Amino acid sequence: MKRLQNVWKDKVAVLSLSIITVTTVAGIFAPFVAPNDPEEVHMELRFASASWEYLLGNDHLGRCVLSRLIYGIRPSMLWVFVALLLSVSIGSIVGFLAGYFRGKTDAFLMRVCDVILSFPGYVMTLAIIGILGVGFESLIIAFVLMKWAWFARIIRSSVMQYAESDYVKFAKAIGASNMAIMIRHIVPVALPDIAVISSSSFGSMILQISGFSFLGLGIQAPEAEWGMMLNEARDVMFSRPEFMLAPGLTIVIVVSAINYLSDALQVALDPKLMTSKHKQQGLEAASAVKLEGKGVA
Amino acid sequence: MLLSVESVEKSYRKGGLFSKEREHVLKNISFECKLGECLGIIGESGSGKSTLGRLLLGIEKPDRGSILFEGKKVEDRKVRTGNLSAVFQDYTSSINPFYTVEEAILEPLQMKRKAREEALSEIDHLLYQVGLDPSYRKKYPHELSGGEVQRVCIARAVSTEPKCILFDEAISSLDGSVQMQVLELLKNLRKRYDMGYIFITHDIQAAAYICDRIMVLRNGEIEEIVEVEQLKDVQSTYTKKLLQMIIA
Ligand SMILES: Nc1ncnc2c1ncn2[C@@H]1O[C@H](COP(=O)(O)OP(=O)(O)OP(=O)(O)O)[C@@H](O)[C@H]1O
Ligand SMILES: [Mg+2]
Repeated sequence: MKRLQNVWKDKVAVLSLSIITVTTVAGIFAPFVAPNDPEEVHMELRFASASWEYLLGNDHLGRCVLSRLIYGIRPSMLWVFVALLLSVSIGSIVGFLAGYFRGKTDAFLMRVCDVILSFPGYVMTLAIIGILGVGFESLIIAFVLMKWAWFARIIRSSVMQYAESDYVKFAKAIGASNMAIMIRHIVPVALPDIAVISSSSFGSMILQISGFSFLGLGIQAPEAEWGMMLNEARDVMFSRPEFMLAPGLTIVIVVSAINYLSDALQVALDPKLMTSKHKQQGLEAASAVKLEGKGVA
Repeated sequence: MLLSVESVEKSYRKGGLFSKEREHVLKNISFECKLGECLGIIGESGSGKSTLGRLLLGIEKPDRGSILFEGKKVEDRKVRTGNLSAVFQDYTSSINPFYTVEEAILEPLQMKRKAREEALSEIDHLLYQVGLDPSYRKKYPHELSGGEVQRVCIARAVSTEPKCILFDEAISSLDGSVQMQVLELLKNLRKRYDMGYIFITHDIQAAAYICDRIMVLRNGEIEEIVEVEQLKDVQSTYTKKLLQMIIA
């Protein structure tokens, strides 16, 4: 927790965190935050420009773009986050077991991962959706089923490297239990790695889910989703490009905020990077003083 | 008898999981180590010294044979807690990078169910013993030099006053003068705490300086065990050759 306080000193991280928090809160309380009903059709307001009632204008069916963006946070961000959390948790458990115990456990779990990873991701997702039926839940389930193996692979190799280190050998030698070693030595050290790979895949997962919605396999028509909004705006891409701007920019801003935050988290969690950063700040301060001194002279 | 090792064998699988071929790393190893004794284990690179060390620490199990610590199986971690400790070669990974010096030394103390306050108060003294001042408590391992890390590891190893400490090439990565300081330190600590050492090294001089007995390992077999005083008149030709290389 002490280390997390360092995040506060990083302005970009604070900005990213506030963007993510505001978006999340807006998504959870969408009915209270959104100015209009996102599914209410006003044919007379088709492609209307921004007005006080509809701050970001209206889409091809005259629906409020802002309200649709806000309602779209739920599937586009919150449910993707749930899917990510699930697949990272399964992947972490499998990765930790395989990387720490090695031997037969490792061989068995990794063969399972190999089997899953040997199918092309999109095709398997399509197949799972085909079995479970079209719908957003099937899409999320398909994502979790396909992604965990990838996380397990990466987390395993990171855990393996830490499990061989001398401090783990020492802990074993003085009689610490496997559980204690995992909790004290492996999880905290592997956590920055996990945070970085999961946040960087968060961005791509948002894009992929949008992609499936674009194909009509995710969220169904009247409901709002960023990828689908982008798709709907595609028809008027050249005559009214501003309609792509709203969902497009939202996706870009949210994904970048997540990536910046993950970088900041990595720095904050790693004592090595943390202190070198402090030193750097110290140096910068020192050189600033020098420059000022020169200015005076 | 503190440690008694009886006809221990260890082999590792060569190649993949399904390959039958095995590499015999240790063959029929038997020896004993008395309470408070310092036993040196020397041998060429790849002779199986570190493997034997891991078996003695109970980190890995032997394929055959038994290793008893005070008559109980060393694989049982309850037997080891507080009685056995270790210092390893690689100072870049011997302390958890997320731990301060204080937290690192606290780990074995808390394993022994010592109260936190009591354990914290001991740290200054332990650091003093290894020649570091209390200002090191809040430092992270990457802020220390190799020699300082090894000192912290030694402080961590002696903290529970174990009956035996295993050093696996613990001083090999340090430069000459620091090696000498650490050896001196180990000698003094041994007198003070009445501990036994198992000192794995490929440096015969260091072994001769600190050990009571020296075991020579060659291709996973014990070539010879000699008292340090009788190092001059060793039996086997291999040991003679090893010694000659040093003298030359
Ligand atoms: N975990 C392992 N898996 C497979 N083979 C191993 C393993 N550990 C050691 N070996 C093999 O056992 C042999 C002895 O290794 P060991 O590390 O014990 O040598 P050593 O005497 O400590 O050498 P050095 O002086 O270089 O440290 C080597 O040939 C090595 O390839
Ligand atoms: Mg070795």
